[in-house]
Parts: sequence; C-alpha cells; structure tokens
Amino acid sequence: MSDATEHSVSSRSLFDRYKWLVARRFSQLFILSLFLLGPVSNNWIVTGNLSSSLTLNVLPLTDPFLLIQSFIAQQDIAETALLGAAIVIVFYIIIGGRVYCSWVCPLNIATDIAAWLRLKLNIKTSSLFHKTTRYWLFLAILIMTFISGTLAWELVNPVSLVQRGIIFSLYLSAGVFFFILFFDLFISREAWCGHLCPVGVFYHLVGKFSLVRISAYHRDDCDRCNDCFTVCPEEQVIKPALFGKLKNIDPVILDGNCTNCGRCIDVCDRNVFKFTHRFNKKELLKSPGDQ
Amino acid sequence: MISSQTRTNRRRFLIEIARTVCGVSLFATGLGFYANKAHSLPETSLRPPGAINEEDFLGACVRCGLCVRDCPYDILKLADIQEDTATGTPYFNARQIPCEMCEDIPCVAACPTSALDKSLTNIDNSRMGLAVLIDQETCLNFQGLRCDVCHRVCPLINDAITLEPRHNKRSGKHALFIPVVHSDKCTGCGKCEHACVLTEAAIKVLPLSLAKGKLGDHYRWSWKEKESAGKSLVTPDTQHQYHLPEGLQYDHAGKGLIGDKK
Repeated sequence: MSDATEHSVSSRSLFDRYKWLVARRFSQLFILSLFLLGPVSNNWIVTGNLSSSLTLNVLPLTDPFLLIQSFIAQQDIAETALLGAAIVIVFYIIIGGRVYCSWVCPLNIATDIAAWLRLKLNIKTSSLFHKTTRYWLFLAILIMTFISGTLAWELVNPVSLVQRGIIFSLYLSAGVFFFILFFDLFISREAWCGHLCPVGVFYHLVGKFSLVRISAYHRDDCDRCNDCFTVCPEEQVIKPALFGKLKNIDPVILDGNCTNCGRCIDVCDRNVFKFTHRFNKKELLKSPGDQ
Repeated sequence: MISSQTRTNRRRFLIEIARTVCGVSLFATGLGFYANKAHSLPETSLRPPGAINEEDFLGACVRCGLCVRDCPYDILKLADIQEDTATGTPYFNARQIPCEMCEDIPCVAACPTSALDKSLTNIDNSRMGLAVLIDQETCLNFQGLRCDVCHRVCPLINDAITLEPRHNKRSGKHALFIPVVHSDKCTGCGKCEHACVLTEAAIKVLPLSLAKGKLGDHYRWSWKEKESAGKSLVTPDTQHQYHLPEGLQYDHAGKGLIGDKK
C-alpha cells in the first residue's frame, strides 16, 4: 500500500481533513489533564485514575473490565465500584465500545504516532502476531486471574501502567508509553492496539451492542483510493460495509472493533463515511447523472 | 475431495493458531509466576488501615489511588513498576513516614472496592502491622538509658507500648525501663519506628504474619486452667514451709521478709 494519505492533493480544507483526529487528541489530553489538575494545582475535580475515579465528589467511575477480573478472582464486589462500572458500561454501549481506545486511552497516542511514523518513514515490517492473539490473551488472562485469585494482569497491563504513571508521577510506569511506541514502530505493525491489547477486546465486546456507529453512507461514491484502509487501525471492519452492497450488507459498520475514531471520515475525499447510529441502515444512493 | 491448496491453507492456519496459543500460554504462565511472587509484600511496605489480607487485597484493589489522594498527610503512595510492592498498589513505609491514624479514616472511606474494609470505623482497631522491638542490643532503654521515645510517640501510649521496670544488672542499683508492645492494642501505625533515635530503628513494624507467634492448639496454660477450674488439676499445691528464725515471717505475695508484729 502506498502512502495513500498523500497520493492526491485534497481539495478539502484542513479542518475537514483533521477534525476528528484533533477532537480525539483533545479528548485524550483533556481527560488526562482533568486528572492532573488535582496534583498540579490542587483543584480536585477528578480524583483517582482511569481504573477508578471520583468526579466532583459525586460521580464514581470504575473500569468494568477490572471489576470483572476482581469478580473472577473471587473477591467481594463493593457497591461503589459496581455502580461506577455500570455507569461506564452504559456510557460505552451508547457511545461505542472501543471509543475508550481511540478517545480516552493515552496509549492510543503512542500507537497513533507509531502508525504515522511508519507511513512517513516507510517502515514495512509486518506483524509478529496472528490477528487472533488478543482474544487468546484475553482468555489466558481471565484464566490466570481465576487461578491466582489476584489481578495478575494489572501487574503488567501497559494501559493502566501508563495512565497511572502519568497521573501519579510514577516515571517508569509512564515510560511504558515509549516501549509500546517503539514496539509498534519497529518490531511489529499495529502490535498493541490491533493484535494484543485485552482491554481492547473487552471494549470490543461492549462495542458489539453500541449505538453510535460509522456508516459508509455514501459508498456509491467510493473511488477505491484505499485511504480509509491505510489510516484505519482495524481496517478489516470497513470492508463489509464499504464493498458489501452486492451481498446486501448494510453500509453501517457494526463490527465491535471499530473504534469510532473517525479517521476514515477525515481522510475520505469523497465524503463516504459519517457518524450515525447502528439502526440507520440507509445509504445515500448515487444521484442519476452524477459522475 | 479436498484440494491440496485447501489442505495447505488449513495446515498453515492450524500452525499459526498453535503458535499463537503456545505463545500466549507461555506468557500467561510467566505472568502467573510473577503474580505469585508479587504476593509477598516486602516487610517494610505497610498497607493502608483496613486492608484485607494481602492475597485478597491483590484481587480486590484496582490500583486507582483514591486512598492515596484522600490521605491528608500524603503518607500513602502507589508502587511504581520497579518496586517490590505489587505494581500500582498503595503502601507506606513507616520509617519514612508513619500513619497519622485519622479518626475519620479517609483512606478507607475513599476506597471504591472491598480492598479496604469499610467495617473499620475505629482507627484503634486497625492492624497495619505489629511493632516489634527487634534489636535489644542497640535499643537505648535496654542499656539503662531513659530514651523512651517509642513509648512517648505512641498514639496509644501505655496501652500499645508500656514501659516495664526491670533490674539493671550492669549497674546493680538502677532500673531498666523496657518498652513492651502489646499486640491486642498496637495498630502498626509505625510512629515508634519513625521516631526511634537510632540510625537504624531498633523497633520496627512488621506484618502480623511475621511478627506473631502462634500457640499450638493443644496447649493449655496450667495457671489459667487452675483458675477456671477453681483448683489444681494435678497434685494439689502444698503450703510452702519456711524455716525462719523466731519472730520472722515471709509474705509470699510480695512483702517478703517481715518482722513479728509488735
């Protein structure tokens, strides 16, 4: 695949081409800065970290995957944590399961940088991992949690290490960010988010039911430039929706692995994609005479 | 008929899956061993008040740091990845900074999980560890000096640590005031270890599992049995016969040798 993002000079504005990327970056940094506001300026709007937090002293939020692990480790589940996890699950069922991955998780910044540098530096190393690795890893972690009776995965989970490291000034933990960045960049393509991360697998399961989805609404207009496939972190999710017309597949992307990152919307010069909800199966048909 | 192409594809697929499953299993096994090692909390790391037993704690604590944030004295911290304490879990080191034993126990109130036991409402009932006067050879009070610092800083002074007078054999005429920790009162806050004036503390807070002995279940203390039975269970005690000069008595209970009443 060539460096597709630059293969043609786009007629669209900079805003149109980067709006969702900028919004996502803003969201990721905004969430981190809310957590950092407390320790830095003593304004405790949000306390804790992404594993569990308390906002404005009233809203508890807890990582539901962590709580499930705690349950599997045969521990009592406290009410506060249960309520927090329920709120989080409902939120992601509405907004898109893996929205956590693309709009919240700080590691996404590392893997985005790695993917971008791969394009720029034309690094072609393929993936070391089979595409099913993350599901096996997910399963293995649940089994290990059951056997050990502890949150074994939390000892090494890069997702929580990095966010906790940044928020609590644990420098080595935070440094795992660069480990993931360089691993994705030089050793294996899309290794972390695309092949390994069990946290992503969990949110992928939530995403199977989620309401907000992206649709290849204008798929008749697709000129097969491959730009969307190049930027998509989970490119397999696009194909059925974009090219499935002959097989009567709806244009809305229902795969739980779609992270609702919106990069496909940004890069598509033909405006094929848009945000919609999962029940919107409509598509805009090519108007006659339009070429 | 299965074409040779299909067979090759299936073969390759199976090998790839086998490779992935083996790799993941290896990783998970390694993680299991690592997690098992992480069970053993370093003896200098103390958990916040109300922490459930270590093994369960590692299954219940989500490493959110809410207890750390709510500690008004910034005593608690989360373990970084290179530390011996399980990654991300809260702890404090008594020698560096001990627990202030807040009456409202904000760390326990902040915990969203069952890792810190909500039924702990009186901080005096917390058991973060147990202070042990571990080195009698350097403890100043054991040398006959009146350091007493561990005793004086103890939030439960005269309950958790008492000073027990003993004969000073070295000088022959002074007393030793020996600090004695009582496990039914000591919360393990670590004030004594923090305050110990020695370069290396002679009194240290240790995990209860390390600090406490345990009597065999079959053991009976004869004097307690005697008390509850109201009489000796073996040969009855006979009155001790003293052979004293005329006019002298001996009070066994404490007064010792006494002259005849005049």
